[in-house]
Amino acid sequence: MPPLSWRWVPVWRRNYLVWKKLAAESVLGNIIEPLFYLVGFGMGIGAMVQEVEGVKYMAFLAGGTICYSTMLAASFEALYSGFARMHVQRTWEGILNAPVSLEDVVFAEWVWAASKSFLSGTAVLIVAAALGLAQSWTMVLILPLAFVIGLTFSGLGLIMTALAKSYDFFMYWFTLALTPMMLLSGVFYPVTNMPGWLQMVANALPLTHAIALGRPLLLGHLPDAALLHLAVLAAYGIAGYLIALRLFRRRLAS
Amino acid sequence: MTLSPALSQAMGNILAARGVRKSFAGREVVAGIDLELTRGECFGLLGPNGAGKTTTLRMLLGLARPDAGEISLLGNPVPQAAREGRIRVGVVPQVDNLDPDFTVRENLVVYGRYFGLREKEMDQRIPALLEFATLEARADSRIQELSGGMKRRLVLARALVNDPDLIFLDEPTTGLDPQARHQMWEKLRVLLRRGKTILLTTHFMDEAERLCDRVMIIDHGRSLAQGAPHALIAQHIEPEVVEVYGEGVETWFHETARPLSDRAELHGETAFCYLRDPGPLIASLQGRGSLRFMHRRANLEDLFLKLTGREMRD
Repeated sequence: MPPLSWRWVPVWRRNYLVWKKLAAESVLGNIIEPLFYLVGFGMGIGAMVQEVEGVKYMAFLAGGTICYSTMLAASFEALYSGFARMHVQRTWEGILNAPVSLEDVVFAEWVWAASKSFLSGTAVLIVAAALGLAQSWTMVLILPLAFVIGLTFSGLGLIMTALAKSYDFFMYWFTLALTPMMLLSGVFYPVTNMPGWLQMVANALPLTHAIALGRPLLLGHLPDAALLHLAVLAAYGIAGYLIALRLFRRRLAS
Repeated sequence: MTLSPALSQAMGNILAARGVRKSFAGREVVAGIDLELTRGECFGLLGPNGAGKTTTLRMLLGLARPDAGEISLLGNPVPQAAREGRIRVGVVPQVDNLDPDFTVRENLVVYGRYFGLREKEMDQRIPALLEFATLEARADSRIQELSGGMKRRLVLARALVNDPDLIFLDEPTTGLDPQARHQMWEKLRVLLRRGKTILLTTHFMDEAERLCDRVMIIDHGRSLAQGAPHALIAQHIEPEVVEVYGEGVETWFHETARPLSDRAELHGETAFCYLRDPGPLIASLQGRGSLRFMHRRANLEDLFLKLTGREMRD
């Protein structure tokens, strides 16, 4: 494991302080977007397919939307904001001149982007609850899950940040990884609707495992094989973080 | 890594480096630098662009790993214990990296946290830091509202949040107007008076001559000369310089300048005459209206150009 210290905490707090300044706009975005998703898709498609897997379509969609939103929240933070702090604003350079190591900084970014997922997940959960889509106590478990999903996609996203020459590079990650994942991982329909070979692809994708946990929790029951799904999310996240750290070392501390 | 006896002895010094080398993609950027700083001095690392100044600084701070050599930063072996060393170090980087999302005060508070300073300590220190940077009235301004000189002073104040013993400054006055440069020099003198040790890089020779007790001139990653500015000038350069330019300077250079100077060089349209006794040369110029000249004392820039050459470095 890389050498870590508690000094990642002030780096996390720095990002939190920036977020706090823009919190109103940020929270508004976190609520408005999933609200339109749920209302638009939920009502539009819900009018055609009243029930999926025994629940109303909008309720089915809500679990997928929470996971999808938390994935996006961590990805945007780790890619665009992370790149701004590392490269454009040279924030990391300033921090690294203090007694803080690169390991501390990257760890703080990893956890911070996951914290953004937690905030986004909280916002969507409130929207879902307000729409009457989440009524069981199990829905509170969505909050720690949102953080774990955040660690997964922030770890993977940091790899892209470490490789990027400019913001344009991130289009590849969004169009070649995140968008296909959204379409294949069961946000809008059950993965089991797809042919067998596509299901196998879907089962390799982290978002599929996130949804396998998030959807039942929102619908009020504990997920099957929860530990397996958590293990897949954790493996992707930790591997992403360690690879990203290696790449950041090569880029910044050679 | 165990430190050699010589370096262990030099641990009494605030900063010491021996035989430090670094290559990027097969090109040696730093090719064996030795240096030692004693407490309370101002040491200047001078060199043209690409000479290896910034890479040397990064290695001394433990931000880049040397391929060879030993470094001790406030008694801590670097890079192994660089983090411990940096607790007592302040850094003013070449490019401002203030946090644009924060006010002046928040920039100081947030930076202090990286050193593990408690909020109470920071509350006590910040008024003095703002006063030092002459930014008391700007405590709640956003960074975008500050002038270049104000930003630079804030970066300096930020480098002092931990009350460091040693301050690194990488080209502290590049891009500043003369007023702001003079103010910056004044601040650095105050710090030296307080007993701080300063290591600065610059390619402004007047800056180095004004501030530095000792300088090291480096090029292509190697030290070319080291010592007190005036001693170095006296050692390497004739004391007087006459610069001559204008119509017919070339003929004059060959016929008159060379015999009357200890050393003379023609670069483009200007003749540089280095000499101990400028009297005869100046007398020869009096009657020649087409030639204009400037007589001055030799300075660090003359030495710098002599050692590093005049060709452009881009």
